[in-house]
Amino acid sequence: MTALLDVRNLVTTFPGGAGTGLRAVDDVSFQLARGEVLGLVGESGSGKSVTGFSIMGLVDWPGKIAEGQIIFDGSDLAKASVETRRSLRGRRIAMVFQDPMMTLNPVLRVGTQMTEALHAHEKIGKAEARARARDALGLVGMPSPEERLDAYPHQLSGGMRQRVAIAIAFLHRPDLIVADEPTTALDVTIQAQIISEFQKLTEDSGTAVIWITHDLAIVSGLADRIAVMYGGRIVEAGGIAEVLERPRHPYTRGLIQSVPSENSRGTRLTQIPGVTPSLINMPEGCAFRTRCARATAACVQRPGRFGDEDSYHRCFHPHEEALR
Amino acid sequence: MITSLIRRAIQAGFVIFAMTLIVFIGVNVIGNPVDILINPDLNQAERLRVVESLGLDRPLWQQYLSFLHGLAQGDFGDSFVYSKPALDVIVERLPATLELALCAMLIAIVVGLPLGLYAGLYPNRVSSKIIMTGSILGFSLPTFWVGLMFILLFAVQLGWLPSNGRGETELLFGARWSFLTADGLAHLFLPALNLALFKTSLILRLTRAGVQEVVMQDYVKFARAKGLRENRIIFVHILKNLMIPVVTIIGLEFGSLIAFSVVTESIFGWPGMGKLIIDSINLLDRPVIVAYLMMMVVLFVSLNFIIDICYTLLDPRVRLDGKG
Amino acid sequence: MDSNSVPVADPHGNPPTAAGSAGASASRSIWPALLRFFSAPAAVVGALGLLIVLFVAIFAPWLSPQNPFDLMQLDILDSRLPPGSESFSGVPYILGTDGQGRDILSGIMYGLRTSLIVGLASAIAAALIGTTLGLMAAYVGGRTEGFMMRLVDLQLSFPTILMALMVLAILGNGVTNVVLAIIVAEWATYARTARGTALVEREKEYIEAARCLRIPGHRVLLRHLLPNCLAPIIVIATMQVARAIGLEATLSFLGLGASVTQPSLGMLIANGYQYLLSGLYWISFYPGIALLITIVSINLVGDRLRDVLNPRNAR
Repeated sequence: MTALLDVRNLVTTFPGGAGTGLRAVDDVSFQLARGEVLGLVGESGSGKSVTGFSIMGLVDWPGKIAEGQIIFDGSDLAKASVETRRSLRGRRIAMVFQDPMMTLNPVLRVGTQMTEALHAHEKIGKAEARARARDALGLVGMPSPEERLDAYPHQLSGGMRQRVAIAIAFLHRPDLIVADEPTTALDVTIQAQIISEFQKLTEDSGTAVIWITHDLAIVSGLADRIAVMYGGRIVEAGGIAEVLERPRHPYTRGLIQSVPSENSRGTRLTQIPGVTPSLINMPEGCAFRTRCARATAACVQRPGRFGDEDSYHRCFHPHEEALR
Repeated sequence: MITSLIRRAIQAGFVIFAMTLIVFIGVNVIGNPVDILINPDLNQAERLRVVESLGLDRPLWQQYLSFLHGLAQGDFGDSFVYSKPALDVIVERLPATLELALCAMLIAIVVGLPLGLYAGLYPNRVSSKIIMTGSILGFSLPTFWVGLMFILLFAVQLGWLPSNGRGETELLFGARWSFLTADGLAHLFLPALNLALFKTSLILRLTRAGVQEVVMQDYVKFARAKGLRENRIIFVHILKNLMIPVVTIIGLEFGSLIAFSVVTESIFGWPGMGKLIIDSINLLDRPVIVAYLMMMVVLFVSLNFIIDICYTLLDPRVRLDGKG
Repeated sequence: MDSNSVPVADPHGNPPTAAGSAGASASRSIWPALLRFFSAPAAVVGALGLLIVLFVAIFAPWLSPQNPFDLMQLDILDSRLPPGSESFSGVPYILGTDGQGRDILSGIMYGLRTSLIVGLASAIAAALIGTTLGLMAAYVGGRTEGFMMRLVDLQLSFPTILMALMVLAILGNGVTNVVLAIIVAEWATYARTARGTALVEREKEYIEAARCLRIPGHRVLLRHLLPNCLAPIIVIATMQVARAIGLEATLSFLGLGASVTQPSLGMLIANGYQYLLSGLYWISFYPGIALLITIVSINLVGDRLRDVLNPRNAR
C-alpha cells in the first residue's frame, strides 16, 4: 500500500542569516499511512509547526518551501498550483490550530464560518449547508448546536471554540488533519474531552493525523508513531512504544526524562541543560551537540539517518539500553 | 446597551452645554461685543441705546440665560449683513456644504479604501510603494494650494471644468442640489476632489495599517486552512474586521470635512457654510458666527454619538456585552 | 526603507506616541541614533531640505535679490513679469514678479521667514503649555487629571481648523491671534502625549522612590518625568511644526492671518489667486512649492525621528 502522505527531504527557509537563508525545516522526511496518527514532537522553535504549515501550503511570507517533495495521495504538493492547493485545503487536508481564542473570526457567526467552508468546496444550498454544519457541531459534542450556529465566537468558551474548529476540520471528512497543539491552550479536563472526541472522529472517518505537540504524554496515548524534532530536523522517529521505551537520541531521552511519571516518583526530574538555540546561531553538524553530554568531536559532522525509513535516529552516539 | 446609550446621550448633552458656555464667554467676555456689534459711526447716545436694546448692560449671568433661551428656540439674532435670522442664513447654505462634503467623502472612500487594501495585502509590490509615497504627498500638500493648482490646470490651462460656483442646481427635498445636473456635477468635481485629497490619504493609510494587522491574525490563516477562496478571505474575513476602525474614522472625518470645506469653498466660490463663515468673520457678522459655531458643536457631538452606535452595530463583542 | 509610515492617529484615537522610555537610553547613545537616522534615504532628503529652508529663511536679507517690502525698490512697471524676465533696469527676476512688481523669489525668502517664525513660535508655545499640563495631570492624578483629559478629548474631537476659526471669530484677525489660534488648536495633542508617556513612567519604581524621599513635586516633574517623556514629545513637536506652518498658511490664505507688511507664504499664495484665472500661474505656484518643500522636509525628518526614537520600532 502506498503512503497517504510522503514528505521527502523537505526544506522550508526564511530569509536571513548567510547563504540560502534560515532553514526552519531542514531535510525532514516521513511517511503517513491512511488512518495513521503521527506525533510530531519538539520544543517551540524546533520547526514542528512550520512543517505542518508547509504541508498545508500556508507558510507565512517571506518563508518558502525551498527543497523537497510533499507527495499527497500520489501528487507533489510542493509543485502544485495555488488553486490545486486551495481545493485540497479544508477538503482533503484540514488543520486545527493551537489557540481557539484566535482561530475564529470575531465578527462572523459560527454558522457562517462553518458553512463558508462547505461552500468553498461543494455546490450546495444554504439550508443543506446549515444542516450539515449543525450535524458537525453535534458530532463534536456541542450542546444545542442549532443555537450555537447563530452565536459569535466570543460567546463561547475556549473549549467550545476548539470544538467548533474541530467540527470545521471534519466537515469534509478529510484524509489528513494537521493538528497543531490543539489542546495546549485548554484546561486539563477539557483537554481530555477534546482528545477523546478527536480520536473517535478520526477512527470513524479513517482520517490520518499529524499531531504536533510538545507534550509527550498526549502523544503516548494518541499516536501510532512518533517523530521528534530538534533544530528543524527529525532527530528520531519510530513506533510510539519503541521510541518511548528505548529512545536512542540523547535529546529524546532528555525529553522523556523531563516528564514526570509514575516511575519517576520520588526521584529528581532530569532536565536538558542549556536552551534551544535559535535558527540564527544553530550549531554546525548535530544541532543538539552543545547541550549533549555524549557529544564528541565527531558531532561537528552532520549526522545522517541511522536505521530504516520507519525507525531511525540521527546520532553518532546513540543510547542502546532501554529506559530503566 | 440601552443604559450605555442613555449615558452617552447625557454626556453629549453636557458637552453641548459646556460649549455654549465657552462660546458665550468667548464672544461676550473675551471679545468685546460692543465693538463688534455697534457701528463705530454712531454717537454716544445712540451707542448706549443699542447696548441697552441688545441687553449688553445687564449682568453676565442674565445675558447668558437669555443667550441660552434664544439658543433653545434657534434664535441667534438677525444677521447684520443679510438682515435675516442668522440660523436661516446658515441653513440655506447647509445643502451646498453637505453635498460637497458627502461627495468628497465618497471619493475618499472609493479611492482610499481599495488602494489601502491593495497596499496592505501586497506591501512589497512596487505599485504599493508608489501608492504609499503618493499618500505622503496627499498629507503634505497644502489643500488650498492644491485647489489653486486644480483651477490652474483644469480650468485655466485645459479649460475642461469650471472653477467657480455650483452651476445649475435642481430642487429636491426642498433644497437645491448640484449633483442632479450635468453642469452642476462639472462644478462639483474639482472642489470635491480637492476636499477629498487629504482624507483619501488618511483612509488609505488607515486601511493599509488595518489590513496588515488583520492578515497576521490566526483567523485569517485558519480561513485559508479551510480552503476559502482569496476573494472571500479578503472581502469577508479581512474587510469585515477592517470596517470597525474605518467606519469610525469615516464618521469622525466627515465632521472635519465640513470644517475644512471652509478652505475649499473659499477657493472655488462654493456658496456653502464654510464660505459664509469666512465672510462673516471678515464682516464681523456676529450672530452668524455664533450660530455657525454652535451648529458645528452640535454636529460634532451628534456625529460622535452616531459613530458610537455604528460601532456597537458593527462589533458583536461591543454590541452584546453592552459596554465599551 | 520605512518612508511609508507617516503617523496617523489610530482609529481608537490614541496619539502616535512612543509610549516607552526612549529618553534615557537615547541621550546616552546619540551617535548610533544619528547614524540610524541617516540610514534612510528619505530622512537624508528631508534633513537636507530642512537645512536649505532654514538657511534661506535666516539669511533672507543677504540672499534675496531685493527687499520686497522696501517700496523704494519696487517698480510698478515691472509688475506681473513671467519667470526669467529682466527688470526695467536689467536685474533678472528668476521666478517673475507679482502685481506690485515685487520679485517672487525675494518674496518667498522673506515669506519663509514669517511662516517659520509663526509656525515655530506657536508650535513651541503649544508644546510648552501642552506638555506642562499633560505632565501635571499625570503627576497630580485624581480628579484634576480626569477633568483635564476630558478637556483634551473634547478638544481633539474638533478639527484644528475649526478650533482656530473659533478663536479668530472671537478675537478677530491678525498674526498674534493666528499664533494664539494655533496654540489653542494644538496644545491638546501634546498634553495627551505627555500624559500618556508620563503614566507609564509614573508606575516605575524610581518615581515611587523619589516620592518616598520627599523630593518636591516640581523636581520630580522636571528632573524625572520630563526627561523620560522628551523623545515622543520631540517627535510630535516636529510634526506639529509642519502642521502649524500649514495651518498658518491656510488661515492667511483665507485672509484671517498675517499682516500685509510681512506676508507669509500663505499670503503670497493668496495674492496670486486673483491672477490665476488669467494664467499668471507663477505668483501662486512658486510660494506653494516653497511651502510644500518646507512641510514635506519637516514631515520626513519627523517620520524618521519617530522610527529612531521609538524603542518599539527598533528592530
